[in-house]
Amino acid sequence: MNELGFDPSLKKKKKVKKEASEEAPSMKEEDMFAGLKKKKKSKKVDEKTDEKIDDFDKSLKDLSIDDSSKSDVTDFDKELEKAGLDEIKKEETKSNQELGGLPYNALLSRFFQILKANNPELAGSRSGPKFRIPPPVCQREGSKKTLFANVQEIATVLQRNPEHLIQYLFAELGTSGSIDGEKRLVLRGKFQPKQMESVLRRYIIEYVTCKTCKSMNTELKRESANRLHFLSCNSCGSTRSVSSIKAGFQAQIGKRKKAVI
Amino acid sequence: MSTIQNLNAFDPFADTGDSEAQPTNYIHIRIQQRNGRKTLTTVQGLPEEYDLKKILKVIKKDFACNGNIVKDDELGEVIQLQGDQRGKVGEFLVSQLQLPKKNIKIHGF
Ligand SMILES: [Zn+2]
Repeated sequence: MNELGFDPSLKKKKKVKKEASEEAPSMKEEDMFAGLKKKKKSKKVDEKTDEKIDDFDKSLKDLSIDDSSKSDVTDFDKELEKAGLDEIKKEETKSNQELGGLPYNALLSRFFQILKANNPELAGSRSGPKFRIPPPVCQREGSKKTLFANVQEIATVLQRNPEHLIQYLFAELGTSGSIDGEKRLVLRGKFQPKQMESVLRRYIIEYVTCKTCKSMNTELKRESANRLHFLSCNSCGSTRSVSSIKAGFQAQIGKRKKAVI
Repeated sequence: MSTIQNLNAFDPFADTGDSEAQPTNYIHIRIQQRNGRKTLTTVQGLPEEYDLKKILKVIKKDFACNGNIVKDDELGEVIQLQGDQRGKVGEFLVSQLQLPKKNIKIHGF
């Protein structure tokens, strides 16, 4: 091999490669052009043929117009077609009406109407008389306190122990308070009914509604074995654990702590 | 054998980190009313690896409010800020400290 001084295979390969590389682009170009040309050509041809056909049709039509018998036949055909199409359309509309082609929304609303009429709890109606939560009534008591008049009522509607609700309110609002003689809640600080409403809403989400079926017909039980609170749903029977209320950090407000001597 | 060991490596009962049973890593942002219209915002439960002093310094400048750090025996260090800064603080913790939003609980009205 060395004596010969060259490697025929290599050279060949090179040659082949070169040839290939030289030819390839040109070929490609040609191909591209060819393709383009072909496409153009074919398009043109198509157009031309179309035109030709059109022309032919026109001439035919012209002929037919001239020829009374032919025109009669075509008219008849057209009428037939129309009739057939009409029949098909009629059939379609008929089948739509017969085979449940009623609009989905109409059916859905009908279903819910029936469901609400027969068992409203399944229809998820929270606006039922049982679960209508009265808006919180807040009055100002002096300049520093707020009177939350209908805590008891709200707690009974939510089927919760009022103490639990009050504990939550204290923790969330970062305040304290007491219950007066008429079982109304006196809170330290000024709170608007709107603010109370948002807190109540969060209480309901956390401690009242069932996460599975969104029902508010639930019970809060304390398991004596593990001292955890569980929320069990009366509608669907699912149970979930809820965290106990923690007041968390309470900043020292007003008087400073007396230093321990 | 190697496949079996691979099987061993996966513990189906391992803590996935997204369970709700981790109240310890919650960051609570609360509000308390002081006298009159004044309020106080407290941030409790920030992870210990953060330097609260530096955070407070930035917050004080950003929110233009005063604040201080209180050490609680049980709850660790708590940041107190003057005024209702709950929304701002929550946003700050998420955007500046890359804390997950689901770990932040904003309390109050
Ligand atoms: Zn349920």
